[in-house]
Amino acid sequence: MGASATPRFAIQVSRIRKTYGATVAVSEVSFDVSEGEVFGLIGPNGAGKTTTMECVEGVRRPEGGEISILGLDPFRDVYQVQNRIGVQLQQAQLQKRIKVWEAVDLWASLYPKPMDGNRLLEQLGLADKRNALFMTLSGGQKQRLFIALALINDPQVVFLDELTTGLDPQSRRAIWDLVRGIRDRGKTVVLTTHLMEEAERLCDRVAIIERGKIIDIGGPEELVSRHCPTRAVVLATEDALAEERLRAIPRVETVMRQGFEFTIQGQGDDFVTEVIQCLSENRIRITSFRTVLPNLEDVFLKLTGHSIRD
Amino acid sequence: MLHGLWKLTWLELKIFLREPLGAFGSIVFPVLVFLVLGRFAGGRITPSSLSPAGFAHVGLPVFVAVLISLSGVLSLVTIISIYREGGILKRLRATPLRPQTILAAHVLVKLTLTALTMALTVLAGKRYFPIHAGFPIFGFSLALLISTWSILSIGFLIASIVPTARFAQPIGAAILYPMIGVCGLFVPVQSLPPALQVVARLLPLTYAVSLLEGILKGEAWSAHMGDVAALVVVFAICTALSAKVFRWE
Repeated sequence: MGASATPRFAIQVSRIRKTYGATVAVSEVSFDVSEGEVFGLIGPNGAGKTTTMECVEGVRRPEGGEISILGLDPFRDVYQVQNRIGVQLQQAQLQKRIKVWEAVDLWASLYPKPMDGNRLLEQLGLADKRNALFMTLSGGQKQRLFIALALINDPQVVFLDELTTGLDPQSRRAIWDLVRGIRDRGKTVVLTTHLMEEAERLCDRVAIIERGKIIDIGGPEELVSRHCPTRAVVLATEDALAEERLRAIPRVETVMRQGFEFTIQGQGDDFVTEVIQCLSENRIRITSFRTVLPNLEDVFLKLTGHSIRD
Repeated sequence: MLHGLWKLTWLELKIFLREPLGAFGSIVFPVLVFLVLGRFAGGRITPSSLSPAGFAHVGLPVFVAVLISLSGVLSLVTIISIYREGGILKRLRATPLRPQTILAAHVLVKLTLTALTMALTVLAGKRYFPIHAGFPIFGFSLALLISTWSILSIGFLIASIVPTARFAQPIGAAILYPMIGVCGLFVPVQSLPPALQVVARLLPLTYAVSLLEGILKGEAWSAHMGDVAALVVVFAICTALSAKVFRWE
């Protein structure tokens, strides 16, 4: 495969397989990642997300299957690939007593066209930590430094493995903003996470991995409407005729009543609109109204029969 | 990748010297051992009985040189295993840095520290015992660097096998320090029991000591080409073996 043609896909993975002894970590995993896309590998710990990602990065060699990244083979063209990708590894560390600027400086010296390290540190909010030793950084600061190192070579594809694990909600949100910033610069991002909220907020498409296999791939909303099409509206009203009117809506499947509170379930994108239309046409006075929409968490539960946290 | 090598070497040297115990253990400690042992030996031996081939002139410098070399090797074993355990090697591996570059940087750091410690020891020695005029400082340093280089490769091999950093230091010490007993430093190899003689002939330290002692006594390099060859062979074997069994994580 020539490197000259611009690939439509940044990454193509076809039927890769990786075992550790008797344990099958990854089997028959296939997916494509388009250029400029944020692609998520989601699943519980030990599902094979990291193994899959490290195979694509060229850190691990799969026993079978094919991988093409930027039109290159991650093993045969390992050094060429490394110049064009940025990697943040799960649970990686640096030397305890290396200073922040020294790490950035070393990394910058390894690539042909590095970015300005000082500007990068500034953008990542680490400018005042330039002279700090790695061991004195907080969890969030370490992750931001690793992001800086992953971006120093101005890569076309950035890999982020369990980027926010162990971080407090505030640092997590800050990191999410950074990832959106990476995408806005036109880079392709591949990330793994076991946080469904993270996947929903960041990813254009996700692959759900469970026990080394991909169960389904698609946009978060697409997956939700495919596997969990049922939505619900919860409202409160004292109108005696409400139940009868609500049941008359074509898309409604069930109406449950608890005192003055009604839970109405139905399918389809227009379901909520139809409920609102029914309420206004019949002049039903309501005192509260909320929608309950399924999310990736529900999709995962539906597809695997267990919660991602189990 | 030469640029990466110099940068990494310089960086690792700085990082090592920031480690409070690291600098003490590998630089200050051997100098102290030399001074303490030297005073002890010097106080007992009157100047008239001090033969040019006696302990204070040959045994002690060689012993200290071997200590310097071994402490460098041990510290290499520890550092590599800590780097592996902490995922530092893995992180470095995901860059265009070649594995050889990372290892070469650590070897250069250890050789630099060995040379530095040697220089300090000689300076300290000058202060306390007048070194006789014929002390072959350049040759001795070269011999020490060759010896360290060779023994470092054993360090690699140990570092490649030892599972965790916690075991690295004791296992390394258990393998390396007994070598001192049979290497001919205290008891000539010829007067060891036959079985131990075989062991001694297999250990690189024996050749290192023979080379260091020979150079110190003023013998010619040509007389010690066998020792140098043995050290090179050890280096080649250990490097090849550790390249095969080395694990990055």
